[in-house]
Amino acid sequence: MSDVILVIGTRKGVVVGRGRPGHGVWDLQPLQLVMSAVYGLGVDPRRTPPRLFAGAVSDLWGPSLMHSDDLGRSWSEPKVAPVAFPKESGAALVRVWQVQPGPASAPDVVYAGVEPHALFRSEDGGTTFSLVAGLFDHPHRPKWEPGNGGACLHTVLPHPTDPKRALVALSAGGVYRTADGGRTWEPANNGIQAYWLPEEQRFPPFGQCVHKVACHPGRPETLFAQNHFGVYRSDDYGSRWEAIETGLPATFGFPIVVHPKEPDTVYVFPLSADSERLPPDRRCRVYRSRDGGRSWEPLTRGLPQAGYHGAVLRDAFCVDTADSPGLYFGTRAGEVYASGDGGDSWELVAQHLPDVLAVRALAPA
Amino acid sequence: MTATVVLPTALRGVAGGRGEVAVDASTVAQALDVLAGSLPQLERRVRDEQGVVRSNVMIFVGEVDIRELSGLATPLADGARVYLIPAVAGGVVSARWVPGPRPAAGPLKGGV
Repeated sequence: MSDVILVIGTRKGVVVGRGRPGHGVWDLQPLQLVMSAVYGLGVDPRRTPPRLFAGAVSDLWGPSLMHSDDLGRSWSEPKVAPVAFPKESGAALVRVWQVQPGPASAPDVVYAGVEPHALFRSEDGGTTFSLVAGLFDHPHRPKWEPGNGGACLHTVLPHPTDPKRALVALSAGGVYRTADGGRTWEPANNGIQAYWLPEEQRFPPFGQCVHKVACHPGRPETLFAQNHFGVYRSDDYGSRWEAIETGLPATFGFPIVVHPKEPDTVYVFPLSADSERLPPDRRCRVYRSRDGGRSWEPLTRGLPQAGYHGAVLRDAFCVDTADSPGLYFGTRAGEVYASGDGGDSWELVAQHLPDVLAVRALAPA
Repeated sequence: MTATVVLPTALRGVAGGRGEVAVDASTVAQALDVLAGSLPQLERRVRDEQGVVRSNVMIFVGEVDIRELSGLATPLADGARVYLIPAVAGGVVSARWVPGPRPAAGPLKGGV
């Protein structure tokens, strides 16, 4: 078996590693894109060789979307700006938060979710992108608020079998979906609470601060969402959501991940609260549900269980697509952990990195 | 008018390794427009897609910050030297660059 390619986006650059979860030392390359914060990572295994993406932003020189066609040995960008707002929009790119390959039936389509709130679409494999006007012109857009991290569109879930359907999530705009290829979008937040609003207004049609949405590609109608307080499930592609929080030590957190082989197995990394973005009891614990969110269990083996202060951000938890999938999460304490047994045990893959903002893993074909 | 744009070390990689680029331009904006055509990866590190100079980039003509002159409309004499300079203040700087005189307090306070 060949190695997994693990891409780690940090506050100060990107690190690419090679290894196999559960098989010892990982080979980590030196930091690249130095002094750029890498929030949005993507891997596109549909290309040969696979293409890696890094949404990088420099405090000095602004944002870009870099790509690598040699598995992270080098990074480049096209001569023209890969992601840029049209002049007439009046907007300017702040950063790329999300890079998501399109469905298998559209092998050259790649989506980018960005700040300020907008979705871009590429039809040339992710080299250049165009603004999806149907969402940018949505009448709700002026009322979307920025989250603490910014006005970000951080989640893009293209429907795996219907190329006209896709779902996005924004902080703090909520979940939106299209059924006509992006021409029109409707909010899909029914049942999700906006806790900060007066009690009688806590279920608005949009404006929720969703932190991440995930689904199993074989069961795309079932969605799981980690919100700014609240973990939810929908079985009808977002028409109605129900809370699935029983057994969690806290309902705040950022990432949510679905096991690629087990559609009812879901992972979260709870934090105490928005006012205390630290693990409950200062223990590093992943929580796993194997019954679609009806119950949760802590996963602790190999993880620090005392005096721990690392947090996991929304894109810093991922799975690969190997026959026996690996799980990976990075922390704001500059560590990356991996599991080769579904989360039963974890190993330290990297440490002493700048704070980790995102991870993506590419299993060998 | 022929002017010379002088690049900081950090930007030479997107200018073919050059430290200076000659441009035919009569204002700072025109100089950047020339770069947008010939070296777009360089130009977009200085201005965003709306033409606004990035908040942590300073532009000097000779020894004077263009914020103390006429901003991007500052004229360039033949032989002028235009310096692109990264801010040296640490951390996060939130102030946006605006044309016109430098604010009295200066935008480049230390970060957090």
